[in-house]
Amino acid sequence: MFDKEKLSHIKEARQQWEENVLAKTLNKAPESKEEFKTVSGSVVNRLYTPEDIADIDYESEIGYPGQYPFTRGYQPTMYRGKPWTMRMYAGFATAEESNERYKYLVSQGSTGLSVAFDLPTQIGYDSDHPLAQGEVGKVGVAIDSLKDMEILFDGIPLDKVSTSMTINAPAAVLLAMYIAVAEKQGVSPDKLRGTIQNDILKEYIARGTYIFPTEPSMRLITNIFEYCSKEVPKWNTISISGYHIREAGSTAAQEVGFTLADGIAYVDAAIKAGLDVDTFAPRLSFFFNSHNDLFEEVAKFRAARRLWAKIMKDRFKAKNEKSMMLKFHTQTAGCTLTAQQPDNNIIRVAMQALAAVLGGTQSLHTNSRDEALALPTTDSVTIALRTQQIIASETGVTNTVDPLAGSYYIEAKTKEIEEEAMKYITKIDELGGAARAIDLGYIQKEISDSAYKYQMEIESLDRIVVGVNKYQVEEEPPKGLLKVDPVVGEMQKKKIEETKAQRNNALVNEKLESLRKACQGTENVMPFILDAVREYATLGEICGVMREVFGEYEQAVLL
Amino acid sequence: MEYKQLVEKMLIGDKRACAKLITAVENEPEKAEKIIREIHQYTGNAHIIGITGPPGAGKSTLTDKIVKALVSEGNKVGVIAIDPTSPYSGGSILGDRIRMQDLALNPDVFIRSMGTRGYLGGLSKYTKNALKILDAAGYNYIIIETVGVGQSEVDIVKIADTIVMVMVPGLGDDIQSIKAGIMEIGDIFAINKSDLFGADRTAVEVNMMLDLTMDMDRRPPVVKVVAANNEGIDELVNEIKEHIKYLKESGKFEERRKNNLKLEVVELIEEELRKIVISHTDSENKLDSEVIEILNKNKNVYEVRDEFLKVIK
Amino acid sequence: MNRPIRVLIAKPGLDGHDRGAKVIARALRDAGMEVIYTGLRQTPEQIVATAVQEDVDVVGMSILSGAHNHLFPRVAELLKEQGVDDVLIIGGGVIPDDDIQGLKEAGIKEIFTPGTETSKMIEYIKNNVQRQ
Repeated sequence: MFDKEKLSHIKEARQQWEENVLAKTLNKAPESKEEFKTVSGSVVNRLYTPEDIADIDYESEIGYPGQYPFTRGYQPTMYRGKPWTMRMYAGFATAEESNERYKYLVSQGSTGLSVAFDLPTQIGYDSDHPLAQGEVGKVGVAIDSLKDMEILFDGIPLDKVSTSMTINAPAAVLLAMYIAVAEKQGVSPDKLRGTIQNDILKEYIARGTYIFPTEPSMRLITNIFEYCSKEVPKWNTISISGYHIREAGSTAAQEVGFTLADGIAYVDAAIKAGLDVDTFAPRLSFFFNSHNDLFEEVAKFRAARRLWAKIMKDRFKAKNEKSMMLKFHTQTAGCTLTAQQPDNNIIRVAMQALAAVLGGTQSLHTNSRDEALALPTTDSVTIALRTQQIIASETGVTNTVDPLAGSYYIEAKTKEIEEEAMKYITKIDELGGAARAIDLGYIQKEISDSAYKYQMEIESLDRIVVGVNKYQVEEEPPKGLLKVDPVVGEMQKKKIEETKAQRNNALVNEKLESLRKACQGTENVMPFILDAVREYATLGEICGVMREVFGEYEQAVLL
Repeated sequence: MEYKQLVEKMLIGDKRACAKLITAVENEPEKAEKIIREIHQYTGNAHIIGITGPPGAGKSTLTDKIVKALVSEGNKVGVIAIDPTSPYSGGSILGDRIRMQDLALNPDVFIRSMGTRGYLGGLSKYTKNALKILDAAGYNYIIIETVGVGQSEVDIVKIADTIVMVMVPGLGDDIQSIKAGIMEIGDIFAINKSDLFGADRTAVEVNMMLDLTMDMDRRPPVVKVVAANNEGIDELVNEIKEHIKYLKESGKFEERRKNNLKLEVVELIEEELRKIVISHTDSENKLDSEVIEILNKNKNVYEVRDEFLKVIK
Repeated sequence: MNRPIRVLIAKPGLDGHDRGAKVIARALRDAGMEVIYTGLRQTPEQIVATAVQEDVDVVGMSILSGAHNHLFPRVAELLKEQGVDDVLIIGGGVIPDDDIQGLKEAGIKEIFTPGTETSKMIEYIKNNVQRQ
C-alpha cells in the first residue's frame, strides 16, 4: 500500500524509537504482561504502523462500501441512509403476553420484530407433549397452532413490519403459519419481509434444538429457498449463524470460519438441489456475535464480509453482486454478562453494541442486564433499546461509513482473522464439508477446547471478569426478575384442546397424510405444510409426521 | 451392603445390585475375589463380542444398533464401554453412552462405562470381572466396546469370542493404519459410514490385506454398514452369529475359552508371585541398592534375580 | 477415597446449551474424576437409570432454560424411589436465587449459579461425596 522508500524510512524511524524512546520507558516501567492478547487469544502488538499493512492493496482488498469485496460495508451509504434495524429478540409465556411486548417495543422505537419461541416449539413438540413439561413458555413464546400465531401478531400489520423468527428445525412450519396469518390480514406473501434462522448445522454444533437428521434437514432448507424465491421473494430464507458458535466458546476466527463453512454447505446443498446460485444467494443472511474485544470484533465483521465475497465469487462463481454481499444481524454476547452486579452488564452491552455498529451490522439486538438471571423485564429491555438509540443519535459514529478503516491495527487484524478463518474452512473442506466435520465432532471439539481454555484463564486470573473474579461485592439477590408462571403450560394445553375441538379433524388428517406422502417423495413440502397449517393442524402433529418419515438426529459429542 | 446379598439381588435382576458389584470388583480386590468365587457357577453362558477400531469409526453408534437388533430378538444384552483414562490426572470422560441413551431405560439392557485406569491394552484391568458379573446376571450377549488403533491395544483378544473391527473410509491413513496386528484379530470387519466416498476403496484394501495374511482357516467377512441409518446391521448381526456357530462347530470356541482361561490363571499366578516377592523382600529399598551393585559391576542382573527368588524356591 | 469419584453430568429437558456441562466435565476429569456425560435431552427417568447402572457418586445437572423447578426435583424423587440414597445431587445453570431453597428442600444439595469457578465445584464434590 505504501511507497517502498517511504516504508523503509518508517521502519528505520520505528527502530530508532524502539531503541531510544521505548527502551528508556521499558527500563523504568516494564509492561504489565509478557504478551498482550485479544479476547480470542491472538497476539496484539504494542504498536501498529504502515509496515503492518504494507501488503494490503486498498483498491482490491479494502475498497468501497457496497462494492466487491464489501470489506467496508454492505451498502454505500450505510447509516447515513438509515440506521441499522433495532431488532430486539423477545417472546415468552403466551402469544398474548408476547404480543403486548412487541407492541411495547415498537412504541418505544424498535424498528423490527424478532420472535423468540419456547423450547417445545423449537423442537416441534406441542405444549401437551410429555417432554414439554416445565418448558412451556420459558425461553420464548409457545406456539402450538395457527391460532397462537394469529394472537401473536394481532394488531400488527404484516405488510408494514419486518419480522425475524429464531426458528430452525421446524422453520418451514412457522414460516407457513406467518404466511397464513398474513393471508387472513389480506397481505399477499410477496409483500412479506423478514427472516427465519433456519440454520440446522449450527444447531448440531452449538445450540441443540435439532429434530431431524442432516439430509432431510438440508432438504427442508432447500425446499424453503426454492419456495420463497418464487412466492416470498422479499424473505431472507436463512440466517447463517455464528452467534451461538461464539456463545459456545469459540474464538473470533472460529466464529467466522465455522459460520462461513456452514454457509458453504448450504450453498452446495441448494446448488445440488438444482437451484441457480444467483437466485437464492442474495437472500442468504448471517448472524454474528458481538463480544468484548471491540477492535477484534470490528476486524472480525470486516473479515467475514471480505471472505464471503471471495468465496461466492471464486468458489461458487456467482455473477450477481448481490450474491456476494454478506449482510448480517448481530446480538451482543450473552455469555459475557454476569449474574453478579447485573447493572455492569449495561456497560458491557453498550461496548459490544458499539463494536457491532462500527463493524457495519444491518440489524442489532442488545441484551438486557438481567441476561444471566432471567428473561428481561420491561425496564431492562427498555435500557437495552435505548443503548442502541443513544449510539445512533448521540455519538456521531454513524456520520461516516466504516470509520475504523485504514487503522493500521484494524486492517492488520482484519487480514489476520480472514486468513485464520480460511484455514478452518480449508480443514473442514478436507474433512468433507461442514456436515461431515460435525459428524466427526471436529467443530464441536475445537469450540469446547476454546471454551475450556477461556474458563481456565478466568480461574487463573489471566482473564478478568469484573464483579466475578475481581471487584466482587457481597450482594443481595436481585429483585423483580421476570418469572414465567407455570400455569402457562396448563393454559396452552387447554388451548390445544379447544383448537382440536373446533377444527375439521377429518380434513386435518387428510392434509397430514398428503404431507407424509410429500415427505416420502421429492416434492417441495412447503405447500403441503401450508395446507395443514391452514386447517389448524398443530406444530406437534406436523413435526410428528416429519419425525416419522425422516427420523431423529442422533448427537455426536466429542469433549 | 454385604456382597452376598448383592449377589442374590443381582441374580434375580436387580440392576442396582449388579452395578454395585461391578464397582466392588473395580475397586476392592479382596472383595472382588470373593464375589467372583460366589458367582462363578452362574457364568459361561454369555457370548462376548468385542467392538474395536480407531476413534471416529462410529463404534458407539454401531454398538447401539447391534444391541437394538439383538434385544428385538429377545436377548438380554450387556455393554461395557471403555474409554482411556488420562495418564496425567487419573480422570476420564466416559462418553460412549451418549450414542446409546435410548437404551438406558430398556429392561433387557445394561450399560456400564469404564476407564482404562492406566492399564494398557485397550481395556480396564477389571473388564474381565465386570463381564463375569453381567454374565451371571443373565445377559446372554455382552459387548465390550473399546478403542483399538495399534498393536498394543489388543487385549480384547483375551476376552472376546467374536471381535468386530470397525473401520471407516478416509480417516487419513488408509492402508498405513491397517497394521498386521489388527488384521489378525478381526473376526469380522465392519466398514462403517460406508455411504461415504472411499468406502469401496477401503473394502478393497481390507480384502487385499486379508489376502496377504497367511494361515486363515476362516476368512473374516467384510461387511459394509451405515450405523447411523441402521443399514447393514442385520447382516452384521448375522455374521456375528455365524461366527459363534463356526467357533462352536470347529471346536475353536472351547479352544479359545480354554486359552483365555489359561492366560487368566497365569496372570493371576504372576500377580500373586510378584506380591509375595515384594512383601518378603522389602523390594523397593533392596532393589535400589542391588541396582547400584549392578552398575558398579559387583553383580549382574541374573544374580540379583536369583537372590529375590530365594524367597519362593 | 482412593478410587476415582464417578460423576454423572446430565442435561435434563430440552435445553441445548452444553458449554457449561462440557467445561465442567473436563475440569472434573482433570481433577481425577471419572465423568459420565449423557449428552442432551435426557428425561429424569433416563438420568436415574444411568446413575444406577453406572453406580455414580454424584449426579450433576445443568439447565439454562428455566425448567429446573420441574426437572431437578423429579430426578431427586426418582432416585429416592429406587432406593438410591448415597448419591450427591447437585445442579447448575440459569437458576434464580429465589428458587434455590425449594430445590434444596427437594434434595438437590447444592446449586452452582453462573460465575462459579470449576475449582469450587471440585472442592465441593470432594468434601461432600458420601461414599468411601
